[in-house]
Amino acid sequence: MSPAVRKLFRTLAVLLFWLLVWQFAALRVGQELLLPSPVQVARALYALSRTAEFWLTVGQSLLRVLSGIVLAALFGVLLAFLTHKSPLASALFSPLMTLVKSTPVASFIILALVWLGRGAVPLFIAALMVLPVVWSNMSAGLRGIDPQLLELSRVYRLPKARVLRRVVWPSVRPHLRSALRSALGLGWKAGIAAEVLTVPPYSIGKRIFEAKLYLETTELFAWTAAVILLSLTIERLLLRAVDGKDGTHA
Amino acid sequence: MLELQNVSLRYGDRQVLDGCSLRLEAGERLALMGPSGCGKTTLLRVALSLQSPDSGTVSCAARRIAAVFQEPRLLPWRTAEENVNLVLSDREDTMPEALAWLRKLELEDARGLCPAELSGGMQQRVSIARALAVKPELLVLDEPFKAMDDALHERVLQTVAVSSKNAALLLVTHSEEEARALSCRVLRWQDGRFA
Repeated sequence: MSPAVRKLFRTLAVLLFWLLVWQFAALRVGQELLLPSPVQVARALYALSRTAEFWLTVGQSLLRVLSGIVLAALFGVLLAFLTHKSPLASALFSPLMTLVKSTPVASFIILALVWLGRGAVPLFIAALMVLPVVWSNMSAGLRGIDPQLLELSRVYRLPKARVLRRVVWPSVRPHLRSALRSALGLGWKAGIAAEVLTVPPYSIGKRIFEAKLYLETTELFAWTAAVILLSLTIERLLLRAVDGKDGTHA
Repeated sequence: MLELQNVSLRYGDRQVLDGCSLRLEAGERLALMGPSGCGKTTLLRVALSLQSPDSGTVSCAARRIAAVFQEPRLLPWRTAEENVNLVLSDREDTMPEALAWLRKLELEDARGLCPAELSGGMQQRVSIARALAVKPELLVLDEPFKAMDDALHERVLQTVAVSSKNAALLLVTHSEEEARALSCRVLRWQDGRFA
């Protein structure tokens, strides 16, 4: 059995184990209102996915939160280049990034609600969570570029684009990869949390809020499962894009 | 081609270069010889504009410059062939040229290997192939033939001598034989300066 197949089997076995634990716990509790079983949740998710409103809701939430994540990732990369090149920019922005990382997300959500209106809050919050993570990882990546390779590029007068593609990008790519991995989950969860608090129309957060309001625990679990599945799918797709077509080379 | 005038450089309390001047015409070949730590490598770094002197001027008219450093400075994530191709272009169509240079340095079999899979001597030969591949007007070599056995050392010297015969050459070495094989005029470290 190849290592990849063995790894897949192990992952499935672990998943099955926890689903059984959940199923057993649900049977013991015996009340769908408190803890629905995985089968009930799967059924609810399947039923939801057969409605057009489900896909409209998912699409709108994805658009909002992903826009924030992508904008913050791009800005984080540019900001990392700026603070790497300019000590003044570094002195200005480093404390700001630390401040953003240390401030509770709920405070930002409330402030953003006052400043921006509820439609823009999830995008803003997702961006705010992603920005410092991408910036700090990219900064570490830029600091880690071998100075001898940069000197070599200068001596041979290599075009800037080639230096970026052949020297800089392969050096920073592992850092960007790990940044995206942590930032995606963080941004996605914070964006949905912002939706729960601001309830914009056609949003997963609004549906979670309503499920809580009307004690529809099974639907709450179903929407949560949808959020998890979307998060995993987006993470895979984005990391594949960062890895390039062969997965190893830049 | 290359001119250093009255160049001085100090690291903390230590005066590494003190009013050093050097002139290299097109096609001229010069070897710097002297004890370790006398500032030979620093002089090369200043000549390559990798380090600014505290005083004095450096001017270089060469458009194509190549250097082989004491360490190979290869991209660890690229094969030997791709490392040579780095200085040629960003395209695949110059790969045969990169391979031809590897062949001259007896590295054809190592074309698909990454630096971590090569010995120190092989890595250094890849960096020599990379330097020769740009057909430099100015070739700067900082003790580039270390970690090679005697027979190979001689063949590589010959290859460098033939392939760089039109280039101005600045060599740092401890070996008279290398300076002779590359037809270099020798400047020796005497009384705190090269003469």
